[in-house]
Amino acid sequence: MFQNQPSAQPTASSAAPALAPTTGAVATLQALVAEGVDTIFGYPGGAIIPIYDALYDFKEQLNHVLVRHEQGGIHAAQGYARSSGRVGVALATSGPGATNLVTGLADALIDSTPVVCITGQVFAHLLGTDAFQETDIINITTPVTKWNYQVTRAEEIPEALAKAFYIARSGRPGPVLVDITKNAQMQTFDAPEYQPCQHIRSYRPAPVVRRKYVEQAAALINSAKRPFILWGQGVVLGGAEAEFKAFVEKSGIPAAWTILGVGALATGHPLNVGMLGMHGNYGPNVLTNECDVLIAIGMRFDDRVTGRLDKYAKQAQVIHLDIDPTEIDKNVKTTMPVWGDCKETLPLLTALVERRAHPEWLARFNDHMAQEVEAVIREELFPTSEELTMGEVMQQLNEITRGEAIIVSDVGQHQMVACRYAQFNHARSNVTSGGLGTMGFALPAAIGAKFGAPDRPVVAVIGDGGFQMTIQELGTIMQTGVDVKIIILNNQFLGMVRQWQELFHQRRYSFVDIQSPDFVAVAAGYRIAGQRVAARADLRPALEKMLAHSGSFLLEVMVTKENNIFPMVPQGCSVAEIRLR
Amino acid sequence: MSPEPADRQEYNITAYTENQVGLLNRIAIIFSRRKINIESLNVSPSEIEGIHRFNIVIVETEEVVEKLAKQIEKQVEVLKVYFNTNADVIWQEMALYKVPTDVIAEKVLVERLLRENGARAVVIRKDYTVFETTGHREETDNLIKALQPYGLIEFVRSARIAIIKASDGFHHKLREFERREPSEEVAENEFLNDREQVFTM
Repeated sequence: MFQNQPSAQPTASSAAPALAPTTGAVATLQALVAEGVDTIFGYPGGAIIPIYDALYDFKEQLNHVLVRHEQGGIHAAQGYARSSGRVGVALATSGPGATNLVTGLADALIDSTPVVCITGQVFAHLLGTDAFQETDIINITTPVTKWNYQVTRAEEIPEALAKAFYIARSGRPGPVLVDITKNAQMQTFDAPEYQPCQHIRSYRPAPVVRRKYVEQAAALINSAKRPFILWGQGVVLGGAEAEFKAFVEKSGIPAAWTILGVGALATGHPLNVGMLGMHGNYGPNVLTNECDVLIAIGMRFDDRVTGRLDKYAKQAQVIHLDIDPTEIDKNVKTTMPVWGDCKETLPLLTALVERRAHPEWLARFNDHMAQEVEAVIREELFPTSEELTMGEVMQQLNEITRGEAIIVSDVGQHQMVACRYAQFNHARSNVTSGGLGTMGFALPAAIGAKFGAPDRPVVAVIGDGGFQMTIQELGTIMQTGVDVKIIILNNQFLGMVRQWQELFHQRRYSFVDIQSPDFVAVAAGYRIAGQRVAARADLRPALEKMLAHSGSFLLEVMVTKENNIFPMVPQGCSVAEIRLR
Repeated sequence: MSPEPADRQEYNITAYTENQVGLLNRIAIIFSRRKINIESLNVSPSEIEGIHRFNIVIVETEEVVEKLAKQIEKQVEVLKVYFNTNADVIWQEMALYKVPTDVIAEKVLVERLLRENGARAVVIRKDYTVFETTGHREETDNLIKALQPYGLIEFVRSARIAIIKASDGFHHKLREFERREPSEEVAENEFLNDREQVFTM
């Protein structure tokens, strides 16, 4: 039925003619090469050995990064995808290897990140027998993948992978998993020349743009007195940054961002009025409930953005541009839906909107910002106390990197600080776990981000809690020599949980006091340079030293223990009830 | 809190899908993650070779059903999803009833029973007889009531199958899909022209 002779496979250099005898493993790698993959993040194991064996002959075409844990592998693939705009690829073996991907798949699904995971599986004849390292990874990952498929015969591999890449990257992107049984990897078959997938009968990546709705949306915008734009990652995923900027500038409408949308319009742009949501800026949150037309572009009205839905923008007519029809009316009822890729819909809309400015309306955002500076920002960025704040670290970093770095943040207080205060001049610069809130995301994602954008500086900003969730990926940095700058903002707490306990649970600090190792010594153990900073005078020189350092560097910054992230929309409150203190 | 019962009613969701292993699970979890119970589920081939048809019955509000329908249609292997109230569909369920033949033969005016309930005998053996009826729930329930006094041994009812009254069927639409294939521009939903009547996408 199949040949158990992986060593007899043709090498990459001899492969490619039509109907060449090929093993499933080689066909898998040929598919990756044909799809333009240059880097794979993976970890070998018994059920995927044939693919790793074949990989030995593909070293010239495929750079394999050996991570230290499969979760690190998929987060790295996510970071690669987010910084490069290409599909990230992760390899894992069956059983525990495959289940270790689940968190990353869930993360990639909710953040619309294109990732293809290839997992090994036990021999087809063993499926369902509780064989060694067998798990039903297809059913386990069904809720957390855009699509998944189990291959049990080598002949299925080219088509399955072609579909996988097409589905992962098209429409609203997402993670895909292809599970390949060991026999299918080893089996020899007459492989046809690889054909990329262009179309699937039952799959509509993007809905048809309805011009009538674009016209009605434009009419609504032109009649608005206090229009307000909310934008999300859809602008970046559509590669529509220029189209978006043109729309904002012609319409003159103030625009605020979700944390995955940041960078599509430079942080310093005069119409960029800041961040939305629970720890967003004061003005955008308050004024959401005062605008008359709300234009949501490529964002999904996440509960962290909307707060209490029954009190969210009830006065506004809502225009929603989205490629995913299921997002329309999902949380916020739309007056005018504009289905489609915003790369296509935004120019249509821009052509129809009047060139205007909204000086009085914009001034209200600026007034609120002035209040926020007074109440929160000044003390955070330029503190009067001796202790260092997370905000001033970001402020110093901004001054040195001038908004050109890719900032990869983990999850917690430091994430909100990074998103609020980092300067972003370009899209694909803020890599963070938005929807799932995955602690442990940043270190491996930063590794992947650097592989995806090798010419850009990558700075990972991580809390002392999250860093210890995937600390083992320092080994990946050591082995690959990838240049990632790591800033640990150490407040010796699981800070965000502690903040909630302080504000909503009578300061009952239940198990948030976390002890950490000597991070600089740990980094040294991995032959990564490092420094620890606790005094203000040392911060700037240390940051400059880190960024000037050739290769990776770990900078641990001791920050105020009990600092809170404000403003804040408390859970269950309206966005207009955002607290400055 | 769940909505008032008045807002909820039976909806018939019809999904046309590829014949793909695992798709049933993908569709089922769309309901289970929202803790919505599926009242009835039938999967069968459609009139088009290779295309399967799901009939799913749930009790929910229109708003929830619309969101569910969109989520189902979003699945890669799903071609089209409709949802309709009971008034919009012609629907049937089938029921089988197993009763002891001797009791039935001795005590029941079988002919009358069958006629009154629109039933027919499927199998007649020495030890038992199996009757069959089709119809709406209350119709198939009637024969249970009639047979229970005579030692009903076993009863089973099928899932609901439903045909949409207003639809031309999916065949024409699918042919249109295939005619344009492999264009990437293939997309449809003429219903989008009239938002008030949009029932998918």
